[in-house]
Amino acid sequence: MGKTLYQKVWDAHTVETLSDGRTQLFIGTHLIHEVTSPQAFGMLRDLGLKVKYPSRTFATIDHIVPTINQDEPADPLAADMIDAIRKNCDDFGVTYFDLKSGKQGIVHVVGPEQGITQPGSTIACGDSHTATHGAFGAIAFGIGTTQVRDVLATQTMAMESLKVRKIEVNGKLRPGVYAKDLTLHIIRMLGAKGGIGYAYEYSGTTFDNFSMEERMTVCNMAIEGGARCGYVNPDETTFEFLKNRPYSPTGDDWEQSVEEWRSFATDPDAEFDDIIRIDAEDIEPTVTWGISPDHGISIDESIPDPATADTDEKAVIEEALAYMKLPAGTPIKGIPIDVAFIGSCTNGRLSDFREAAKLIKGHKVADGVKAIAVPGSQITAIQCEKEGLDKIFQDAGFEWRAAGCSMCLAMNPDKLVGDQICASSSNRNFKGRQGSPIGRTVLMSPIMVAAAAIEGHIADARETFNVTDNSAA
Amino acid sequence: MLSQKSSSAEPPAENKKTNKPIIIMAIAPITKVSGTAVPIPGADIDTDRIIPARFMKCVTFDGLGEYAFYDVRFDPESGEKTDHPLNDERFNGASILVAGINFGCGSSREHAPQSLTKYGFSAIIAESFAEIFYGNSTTLGLPCVSSTRENIDILKAACAADPALEVSINLDAMTVTAGDLSFPVDMPASARQALLAGKYDPIKELLDNNDKIEATAASLSYVG
Ligand code: SF4
Repeated sequence: MGKTLYQKVWDAHTVETLSDGRTQLFIGTHLIHEVTSPQAFGMLRDLGLKVKYPSRTFATIDHIVPTINQDEPADPLAADMIDAIRKNCDDFGVTYFDLKSGKQGIVHVVGPEQGITQPGSTIACGDSHTATHGAFGAIAFGIGTTQVRDVLATQTMAMESLKVRKIEVNGKLRPGVYAKDLTLHIIRMLGAKGGIGYAYEYSGTTFDNFSMEERMTVCNMAIEGGARCGYVNPDETTFEFLKNRPYSPTGDDWEQSVEEWRSFATDPDAEFDDIIRIDAEDIEPTVTWGISPDHGISIDESIPDPATADTDEKAVIEEALAYMKLPAGTPIKGIPIDVAFIGSCTNGRLSDFREAAKLIKGHKVADGVKAIAVPGSQITAIQCEKEGLDKIFQDAGFEWRAAGCSMCLAMNPDKLVGDQICASSSNRNFKGRQGSPIGRTVLMSPIMVAAAAIEGHIADARETFNVTDNSAA
Repeated sequence: MLSQKSSSAEPPAENKKTNKPIIIMAIAPITKVSGTAVPIPGADIDTDRIIPARFMKCVTFDGLGEYAFYDVRFDPESGEKTDHPLNDERFNGASILVAGINFGCGSSREHAPQSLTKYGFSAIIAESFAEIFYGNSTTLGLPCVSSTRENIDILKAACAADPALEVSINLDAMTVTAGDLSFPVDMPASARQALLAGKYDPIKELLDNNDKIEATAASLSYVG
């Protein structure tokens, strides 16, 4: 019987079975950032350990970086965190993409951009959106700080193996519908806990035809559906993306690597623990109305009404609507917004800004709306600027910022104020997520954020921009 | 070849030659956790609620305890204490948290379980847990056991009625008892075994397999 990519990668990286039954798994690539690594280095120092394979760890800073400009942060706590990662990488010999490197950015944008993210590898990072790297056919997952310590010290960690669910999506997304809508749709369908205990294999013709960036957007949010990781089998699109990246193999190694990468793809006769099938044509632009990523509805639907919900859901809806201050049972379209944010590791890539720029040209952000566009990395920023996209955003009334996580998590100065409501291309709409304990987040695709910014309320981008084809998506 | 690479980097001053730990203390098995318990409301309590991101600007976990559940303990607008059970004096000193479904969902930040242990919790009973949170907690020796909604609701009601009620989690028998109440709880076998054997922090075992780690590294073409 054939094997899934998950099983092949798992087997190739298994070091040993531990006494509690878990697997000691080799982590080929370890990514770190400033928030979850300093304590791990502290633990290493306490135990007198060094980094086992420093060349297999790569560091950047993203969460706390100011984006109006990337000067050293004025906030002393943030400055301490930058000092700590600089010192730790220096002391332990770890490659670090600092602010002045020209390569800094959100860790999940930097890895692929540098060609560090490769098929058939295991990738861990103290960050739950590490699932993003699965787009390349890697098994990539978020870990806690004590596990960051384990990976630094041993290049391995203890882990329980996962079941594999195939999510097969076939057909073409309709005009104005994007990978973000697909991922929100999947989470809505299977629930925020539906993926617990699973790795998701995303396949089908929709994924075959997706760009790497679209694949990353979907894999990024696997975790919001409860899955520890999600992946797409590597194919020509993957190899094409990786060719000539700084850390990609070169010369003869390249051909050899591609052959090897190909061999990791799931065998045609592999068996899955579960299979879900979705028709891409059924998906509409999707937005959230509540405080969990599975609180999604299509743009033409109404906000749920607890009065007509079953008892299980009633309390959840009531709590969400009380926090969101949204009227039950009314259409989501037309709800006014205060802030619009395009960015994050879900949708802060070149294609996101290209597509939004194409549509917003000639439009203006509505009065009273603060709109910011934050590229996911310095390289993304420079590319956008080369193409003049920054000007298009600025002309439309967006602020064009420097690279970082920014308002996705608001550990830097980019925060919602009070109960502002934000149309956001990020991945989490938890209470208080965007920096104000009572701030409100509505998740959607970057194009829908652009439409909301221009209309001043949640809108159907297909109407705002008169979208009739999706060819540049 | 690989070990050469790793040894070429500057190791911390205190340990130039070996990767053998200076001290790795044996850790005590955890078989039973007892104490009073505080029931908290809500499903899908995410890590941003357990520890809001703005309190993660720190390079150690030391001070996190006081910020656990900050935004539900203090009204974000007025800064006043809310009527959340964690502010209810009758639950002062509770060491067991009783929660609903999907507790700890969201981020992989270990800041979440760290803030709970530093706040004073030594176990959590919930309907279910998010995976990464669960793993992080186990590694810290913070047992997370699950049971049916019915059992959880009964336990919550019992604790609310009598905050001094002693709750015991027995990882040998996999039961929770509280007064007359007793019900079975679940926990993945590997976590249970690790807690019972005092091996929930796996670092020693991982380090001991050094030769096998190097063999695996050598077998992977992209490593090195
Ligand atoms: S962009 Fe948001 S989700 Fe992504 S790594 Fe940064 S804070 Fe996390």
